[in-house]
Order: sequence, then C-alpha cells, then structure tokens
Amino acid sequence: MTADTTRPSTADALQLDGVSLSLAGKTLLGPLSALVQPGQCLTVMGPSGCGKSSLLAYLAGTLADVFNAHGQVRLGADDLAGQPPETRRLGILFQDDLLFPHLSVGGNLAFALPARVRPMAERRRQIDQALADAGLAGFAPRDPATLSGGQRARVALMRTLLAQPRALLLDEPFSKLDAQLRADFRRFVFSHAQALSLPTVLVTHDEADAQAAAGPVIRLGEP
Amino acid sequence: MAEALSALPRRAGSPSWARTGLGWAPGLTLAVFLLPIAAGLAGTLLPAAGWLPALGGDQFSLDAWRALRDAPGFATAWRLSLFTGWAATVLSLALALGIVACVHHRPWAKRLGEAMAPMLAMPHSALAIGFAFLILPSGWVARLGSPGLTGWNLPPDIGTVGHASGWPVVAALLLKEVPYLVLMILAALNQVPARAQVTAARALGYGPVQAWFAVVLPQVYRQIRLPLYAVLAFSLSVVDVALILGPGNPPTLAVLAVRWFGDPDTRWVFPAAAASTLLLLMVAASIGVWHGAERLLAKLCLARLARGRRSRAAAVGAGVATAIGASLMVAALAAMLAMALWSFANQWRWPDALPGVWTLANWQRQASSLALPALTTAVVGAASTGIALLLVLACLENESRQRGAQPSRSLWLLYLPLLVPQVAFLFGLQVLLVRLGADGRLPAVIWAHLVFVLPYLFLSLADPWRAFDERYTRTALSLGASRWRVLWRIKLPVLLRPLLLSVAVAFAVSVGQYLPTLFAGAGRVATLTTEAVTLASGADRRAIGTWAMLQAAFPLAVYLAATALPRWLYRHRQGLA
Repeated sequence: MTADTTRPSTADALQLDGVSLSLAGKTLLGPLSALVQPGQCLTVMGPSGCGKSSLLAYLAGTLADVFNAHGQVRLGADDLAGQPPETRRLGILFQDDLLFPHLSVGGNLAFALPARVRPMAERRRQIDQALADAGLAGFAPRDPATLSGGQRARVALMRTLLAQPRALLLDEPFSKLDAQLRADFRRFVFSHAQALSLPTVLVTHDEADAQAAAGPVIRLGEP
Repeated sequence: MAEALSALPRRAGSPSWARTGLGWAPGLTLAVFLLPIAAGLAGTLLPAAGWLPALGGDQFSLDAWRALRDAPGFATAWRLSLFTGWAATVLSLALALGIVACVHHRPWAKRLGEAMAPMLAMPHSALAIGFAFLILPSGWVARLGSPGLTGWNLPPDIGTVGHASGWPVVAALLLKEVPYLVLMILAALNQVPARAQVTAARALGYGPVQAWFAVVLPQVYRQIRLPLYAVLAFSLSVVDVALILGPGNPPTLAVLAVRWFGDPDTRWVFPAAAASTLLLLMVAASIGVWHGAERLLAKLCLARLARGRRSRAAAVGAGVATAIGASLMVAALAAMLAMALWSFANQWRWPDALPGVWTLANWQRQASSLALPALTTAVVGAASTGIALLLVLACLENESRQRGAQPSRSLWLLYLPLLVPQVAFLFGLQVLLVRLGADGRLPAVIWAHLVFVLPYLFLSLADPWRAFDERYTRTALSLGASRWRVLWRIKLPVLLRPLLLSVAVAFAVSVGQYLPTLFAGAGRVATLTTEAVTLASGADRRAIGTWAMLQAAFPLAVYLAATALPRWLYRHRQGLA
C-alpha cells in the first residue's frame, strides 16, 4: 500500500503476557504469552468453542462481561488494560465483511478514516488510493450490496487499514470465501500487514491459513 | 424485554469504560409506566372497599359492592362483557390460526402481513364508527342490497348497532384483532424453521395445513401467548367500541363503570370502583381459565398426534377461516370507505349506493372545531412517542452495552398496561392527578398515553434491535468510533426501518386512546378520538364521518411516511431492502 507516507511509522510489537480467559469459573484458555513483532503474524489455532474468538475480543476490548479475563496486553509501551475499544486502534476483521449496509463503499471507508485527515480533498485522495490499491478504482459511490464477496472482503480490509490501526486482529476472515478467493485474499491481507509492519493475530481452524501466515503458531484445546 | 428493563447492578470489577452511561434507563422506564398503574389501581381498589375520604368514604365497608349488586342492569352488564370479550378473543384466535395455517407457505404470506399492518394503525373507535356506517339498518350494506335483493323500500326496522347480544362489538373487535394476531403469529414463525418442518411433515403424508397445526403451532404458541392475553383483557374491558356499537342500556360492565364514574352524583363513584375491580377480577380469572384450557387442549392434541391420523379436516377449517378473514378485510376497508363517503356527502338518499351530491362543506363547516383537537392529537401523539422512543432506545442500548446480559423473565411487566383493564386504574390515576393539581392538563394526558405507548414501542422495536449484528458495533469501535458515534452513525441508520415502524405504531396507539385521554384530561382535553366517540352517539353522519375520517388519517399518514421514508432514503442500498 502506498499510503505509508500518510501514517506514523511507529511500529510497535504486540505483547501478550499471561493472558487467560475463564467462563463461570472454568478456564477456557491460557495462560498464554506471546510477543508478536511488527509485520509478524501469530496464528492461534483450535476447534470452535475453544475460546479463540474470545481471545481476540479480549484484545479488542469487546469481551462479554460474563467472561473473566486476566493478563497483560501491551502495544509497545502502551498498556491496553482498561482502554475502551475505540482508543485501542486495533483493526479487526471478521468472517463476514460487515460493511455498513446504509453507507456507500466510499462512505464505509470515510467512516474509518480519522477526522484529523483533512481537508476533504485529501480524504478523498486516500479513499481513492485505497480503492485503487484493492483493484476497485471508481467503486466509491457503489452500494456495498452490489459487490462480489471477494470485492467486499477487500473493501473491509481497506476500511480497517484506513483507520490507521497499530495492530491487526483476524477472526477467521478467510473461512467464508471459496478456495481460489481465499488464497488471493490471504495474500492480499498478509502483504498489506507486512508492508505496514503491523503485528497481526490470526485465529483460525484451517491449517492452510496458518501456513500462509508463516509465523508462530499456538494450538489451543489440545492435550 | 426482559434484560433491557432488569436494572441489574453492575458487577464490581468491570472496567470503568464498560459502564454504559445509560444505567438509569431501565428503572426510569419501569417507573414511568408502572407507577401510574400501581397508584391508579390503589386509587380504584380503595374506593371499592369504601375508602375515599374526599367523597365521604371514611371507613371500609362492602357498601360499594351492595350498591353494585343492586344497580339496575348490573347482571346483564357483566354477562354481556364476558360474552363479548370471550367471543371476540376465541374467534380472533381461531380465524388468525386458520389464516396463517392456510397462507404461511405461500410466497405472498409476507406481503399479506404488510397489507394488514396499516389496519393496526387504525384507531379502534374509527373502525367501529365506520363499521356502524356499514351495518346500520340504513347503512351501506342494506343500501347495496335494497330494494333489489331485500325488497326493503325503507330502512328496515331491525336492531343492528346496539343489539342487546353485543354481536356488533364482537365483529368490530375482530376487524382489529384478527390482523393483529396474524401479524404476531407471522412474526413468531421467523423464530422457528417453520417451512422446513412443514416440508418434513408433508413428506410423511400430512397436508400443509394439518402439518402446520401439528408441528409449527405448538412451537410458536408460547410466543403469542402474551399478545393473546392482551387481546382477551382488551376485549373484556374495551370502552370506546362498546360505547359506539354496544347496547346502551344496560351496556357492558366497563361502559357502566365509566358512566358511573362520570355521574354528577358522586356517590356513584363507589359502585363504579367496585365494578372496575370486578372487571379486573374477571380479566384475571379469564386469563387463568384460558391458561388452564390451553394446557388441557395441548394434552388432548398431543394424544391425537400420536395416533398418526392424516386428515383434511383442518384444511377445510382453515379454508373457511381464511374466507371469513378475507371478508373481514373487505368489511374493514368498506368501513373506512363508508366513513370517507359520509364526510364528503351532501345528499345521500336511501337506498342509493352512493351519495347523490358531493361536497366539501362538511369539512369546511367542521374545520374550525376540528383544528384544536387535531393539534392536541398531534402534540400528545408526538410528545408521548418522542419520550417513549428516548426511553426505549436508552433501555435497549443499555442492554446491548451490557454485553452478555442474562435473559430474564420480566416480559410480563411490559404487558401489564395491556393486561390491566383501563377503567381499573384510570380513575385512581385521575384522583392522584387531582391531588397533584395536574389533571386536565396536557402533560397529564401525555403521561397517561405514555403508559400504553411505551410498551407497544418497546415490543415492536426490541426484536429488530436485538437482531442487530453486534459485530458491526465492534467493527466500528475498532475503527476508532466512540459508542455514541456508533449508535448515531451506524446502529440507528441501519435500524431506521424498524425504528420508524415502531414510531408509527406508538403514534397510532396514542391517537387511538379514548379512556386515558378522558380521565387524565378530566374531560377538558379534547382529541380527535374523544370528540369522534362523543359525536358517534349522535345522528349527524356527515359530522361523524368527518371526525372519524381525520382521526383515522393521522396514524395512517404517519404509518405511510414511516414506510416510505426508509424506502426512499435507502433506494440505492440493497443490503437494507
């Protein structure tokens, strides 16, 4: 992505220190420690229900109250404990693209772009740039519902990146795409994460995802 | 409602940002509609027991009940109430079930629901007035058939409106309650894999209708139970429809109580309070009996199912129900049309099918007297809907922010205003308002409307709100948007359609309120509904038609706007189609 010039180049590592989750007194996961370097992708693998999505929710600050979570999460020197999700600046991608249905493609991207990016012309330039980067030049006025699955997935990533995240959380974002698209989108996501030096955490149950991520792997729910 | 109104204290140890900033909402909302009911009930039950010092009742006694027992027409009145209430409810349910069983698997079932929805916006009283225009001896039905079919050269000397049996009241209630129950059942169907299960049962040799009754109904009945009890309570205690279409002397028990409450001789307050209390007991007992009957029926039906008989009987019954339902729809439309015709009629001679001379004079003549009640209707409707919307949004958003809130079982609290007969607490509420010096003023009327507007708004908005994919919120938060910005920019716009629809429902509920306006307004606050109901006892059909027409037009216009606006705003957004 050529937007490197517009973002601060502070690349911090994401550090998990003794993170554990429990539900109703039963330990789900952890304690888990890991250091994810900028541009590196940590893959967390496990069967469904093992708590791997909850781990991402904990990192993002959106974990349901019914869970009990412990452990430290730091980005560089910044301790994320107690921070509201909106100030953590952790980009997240889900299985579904979750493009806001009431906004155009451009509107979705503009919602993500921080308000400090000004003036309007500059905002438009960055949005157009992001779309061009995703092979979707000229798609800004389109209704997201009229895009193909692969196109929507790429817009979702661009939306996440335009918010200028400090790290990337991937919650099985490839699982709903068919085989060919999946491989393309994987490459697309990882190349962007590396180009932007984002520490990335991927949860998945697909071995191929882990191989493509080419980073350390933690396996949950195994003896 | 449940989670949203259960004011759970937050667990210690939650991070500070997780506090919702809306923790006040559930308690306040409950108070807004439960306090008036509680205070009102107390203010009705005490006089029934002889206690109302302001009117000389300073010791507890059974005098009120003796006066009630000896009051002329009392015995007929409570029997009439029981008959109309039960008949309307049983028939509504039977028809609604038959209709849904017949149509649910057809592709246009959803559109049928949409077509029925505007009927719910229609105030009961307007529909009752229109229905009277149809069935009067000189009404539209008789005109259409005379003299050719009937041989009547003069309006026949038969009693229709006001018939002692109360059948016109039952019929008018059906016009509203059948579509209401059909919509409730159709909505409940979305919660179960109805289509797949019917297909499975059909593969076993059951017809689609029998399959629906055998497989789907047992699963959805639980969800229509509370709306059904609300229909039963309403039918037993309805006042405006019974005033317009019911017998005058003796009327139903609810009308009798209202009449006595309004009697210049204040001693009648005591039997009126006793009658209201009796009505409350009747409603409670009826719900109890219904509950027992539904258990018994469930057992019998399960035993029948085990015999494995494939039968066409249900299909025939459902077909008949659908035919009757269709005629009800036609009748409701004709009632509306009759109202409109009378409001534009100058000369409409018997037995002409249509007015001979058309005019705008009715509207011009009424314009000056229509203006203020119309304005009051709009202000009270807008204010009560606006307040209710803020409270409901705060409750629901508070619930979504308390992630992982446990479902609770307090839904019946929301239904309380719909289950308690209005007469049973409105007099007590009026006494309270007099004490506060607030009776007869607009805020009091708005509050009284709020008691009914709130639950309806909550019930219609809660399901779509809870169906909202919270991952949208999480995504928007991770993009750096604050919770308030997510609410304002993402959640409310995405939910605009159900939001406006529930606003339209709430506004219609407010416009339709007769008794709450009468009591809280101390008879001094006139809305289109109170005026139309008052006029309906007169003979000037042109004037009645004009008022009822405008009364019906208000909620209908809001409903149409509420459906058209999102359609237009999101015309380029297929994801929200």
